[in-house]
Amino acid sequence: MDWLKIGSAILLIAMFFFILPSAKRMVKNSPKGSTSDWMGFIVPMAVVVLFIILLIALV
Amino acid sequence: MQMNTAVTRSTESILQTNKLIKNTYMLLSMTLIFSGVLAYLSIAMNVSHGIAFAASLIGIGLLWFVLPRTQNSAAGIPVIFGVTGLLGFGLGPMLSYYLSVNPNIVMLAMGGTGTIFLGLSGYALSTRKDFSFMGGFIFVGMLVAIGAMLLNLFLGIPALALAVSAAVIMIMSGFILYQTSAMIHGGETNYISATAGLFISILNIFTSLLHILGAFGDD
Repeated sequence: MDWLKIGSAILLIAMFFFILPSAKRMVKNSPKGSTSDWMGFIVPMAVVVLFIILLIALV
Repeated sequence: MQMNTAVTRSTESILQTNKLIKNTYMLLSMTLIFSGVLAYLSIAMNVSHGIAFAASLIGIGLLWFVLPRTQNSAAGIPVIFGVTGLLGFGLGPMLSYYLSVNPNIVMLAMGGTGTIFLGLSGYALSTRKDFSFMGGFIFVGMLVAIGAMLLNLFLGIPALALAVSAAVIMIMSGFILYQTSAMIHGGETNYISATAGLFISILNIFTSLLHILGAFGDD
């Protein structure tokens, strides 16, 4: 294993522990979304997925 | 009288929101151009992986430890340019690789990233939906993606790497909606930190898209 991999692993671990407190706070304090709220998220995500499939087809 | 006050407050709030959005997009476009110039410089200089990794590391260090302390003052501007410039410079070897394999992939990933960003931002701005409920989902998603990336550093499974890239695009797309909605609804009031968040999302979408298109391309 080269040192770039080791460096990347250390960076990812640091990133994990850096984001962890924010994630805990977000999970605790974020308001709950209704079904229509989630639909408002799922629809644009579906469009993004279709767009990526189109890009893959163009390669 | 009460009605007048309410109208004045609302107008002030709208003006503040518009100013925040305008400043954020202006700074974001400037940092993207700056980052692109430094990425080009990195390619032209044929920078090694080690130097690129070090540049990214310093950029992330500035983002984590210096930007939060300076984002409320004018000192935040050079810091955000430092962060975005170093992260752009760090892309050099990866871009050189993809440009040598198939330059179309880089152009397609750039265009795709721009379209995704503009589409999602436009959606959040025009519908004015509140995406604050997604905060926990996005941050937990980031943790899961980091865990999977870490695992795959040791396992080296190509399918897992592709799945992680796809997940990162989805998470960062969600983050664009979340961040844009936070600017509209008052969850984000600082244009420097808003720019940093959007820049990181764009950068992650671009690199993940590059990875996916590279894997599905003929080469």
